[in-house]
Amino acid sequence: MSEITARTTAFRARGDSAIMRWIGSAPFLYGASIASMLALWHLVSTTFFAPAFFPPPKLVLTTGIAMIRSGELAMHVGISMQRILLGFAIGSLIAAPLGLLMGSNRIVRTLFEPYVNFFRFVPAIAWLTPVVIWFGIGETSKILIIIYTTVFIVMINTIVGVSNIAPNKLRAAASLGASTGQTCVNVTLPATLPFILTGMRLAMGNSFATVVSAEMLAADSGLGYLIFNSRLWMATDQIFIGIVSLGILGILTDWIFRRLILRYASRYGPVE
Amino acid sequence: MTAGVAETMSMSPQSLEATGKELLSAQKLSFSYGGHAVRVLKDLDLSIREGEFFCLLGPSGCGKTSVLNLIAGFEQITGGRLTLDGQPVTGPGVDRAVVFQGEDALFPWLRAIDNVAFGPKMKGLPKSERHELARKFLKLVHLGGQEVKYPSELSGGMKQRVQIARVLANDPKIMLMDEPFGALDAQTRTKLQDELVEIWLATRKTIVFITHDISEAVLLGDRVGVMSKGPGSRIATIVPIDLPRPRRRGNPGFGEMWDRINGLIDCEESAAQGSETPTAEVAATNVADLREHKRRPEGFQK
Repeated sequence: MSEITARTTAFRARGDSAIMRWIGSAPFLYGASIASMLALWHLVSTTFFAPAFFPPPKLVLTTGIAMIRSGELAMHVGISMQRILLGFAIGSLIAAPLGLLMGSNRIVRTLFEPYVNFFRFVPAIAWLTPVVIWFGIGETSKILIIIYTTVFIVMINTIVGVSNIAPNKLRAAASLGASTGQTCVNVTLPATLPFILTGMRLAMGNSFATVVSAEMLAADSGLGYLIFNSRLWMATDQIFIGIVSLGILGILTDWIFRRLILRYASRYGPVE
Repeated sequence: MTAGVAETMSMSPQSLEATGKELLSAQKLSFSYGGHAVRVLKDLDLSIREGEFFCLLGPSGCGKTSVLNLIAGFEQITGGRLTLDGQPVTGPGVDRAVVFQGEDALFPWLRAIDNVAFGPKMKGLPKSERHELARKFLKLVHLGGQEVKYPSELSGGMKQRVQIARVLANDPKIMLMDEPFGALDAQTRTKLQDELVEIWLATRKTIVFITHDISEAVLLGDRVGVMSKGPGSRIATIVPIDLPRPRRRGNPGFGEMWDRINGLIDCEESAAQGSETPTAEVAATNVADLREHKRRPEGFQK
């Protein structure tokens, strides 16, 4: 970062014209980067492929506009985001207190540790069939799968956070008269918050991956369903719409999440 | 509050001498870390009177901090007896508060005022009352006007002041300080040492102050306990510092006291290198050393 700043400064000192400054600015560089990628995409897709195999950007854009107009895209995006956010929120609410408890109490940690270590290597999607058998094909099973994928990441990060608390903080709290419960609420939780939030950011990424897989295998709506179902009609342009939507939604949710952390939690510790 | 400090400062040194009853007592105290055979402390005796400023001095690794952790109740004694006001020490409690060396003992998510108000909050004091209390003690440590700042916005010296205020706001019987100024630059350290003496004079808190800096011990303490080298450390000698306050490094008697304590530490080190007791030869050298120091001019600084 500092290197970039230093180079920008040097650049400014040398070429002091307004145009040069504008070229070096972030919006211009982002724009240039996206424009070149679109050009490359257009070139490769029109030179080497038939539009049905690799749709050029213009075709994807036309399809996209049509899908936005018909409301189809909003429907798929809406249902996928609902699943992600619900599962993610419930999963985090379960995982953070459990992680705090496991981090603070040796007995609870030892009791739960084997399961945490076992299940964190079993991907959520491996559970899809049993979960669908037990809870049906509806929303419940999809949200359960997202909860599962969220819980372990947030929980492990929380445990790490608890073990990273400076012993002096806990000792200070104890000699200032804090009971075990008071220490947990007033010291352990705020000191661990940056780790919980980092875990949640990671879990958000995993929730995207999981919801797409789940929707591909057992759903009749959502972006995963859109991508998988379009394959039957060779509608590659629709597949690309699904892919582009996922990327944009990911950037957006992460950006919002980071803003929220900066706004409300930066004083709890450095969060990137 | 400031007026109160000035008033106390003007009192004659004689009237400030700790004449209170025994507050803390350690008898044949021993300590070793869970399950380890090596004893960090062995047969340590200590008696601290109410209102006293006691400095515990020793080289790093001698178990100074272990003594503090035992008094604070963070660690448990493995032998002997440790009592505060006649009651055995079994765990942490509000009657003993600790000022840690590291700033990581502060809560970075709380403003200075809420760091100081932490103890009163745990007691269930309403917000307005505990903030009033915190404001008073922040003023006492010269941090009036810094209430709303977070620890990350304060300098190292200011953070240690917040720690001191936080401890005072909880009104403990005894203040335990573990090399609290060890990480500060020389200038800030001198300033805080002066301020601590002022605060001590104003509040009459019993203080156990741990340090490895002879000058600091001579500047601050009513008595200095010199620890022997570990393992199996104890308090080898207790040196009363009868220099008048406020003390300065250049004051008459300061250099002499420094040399005397330095000589005692040398003696302890040679003893530790040899056997339990210093050999006649080593003892002789140390006596010669001490005589050498004696010849130095008054007010000699190191």
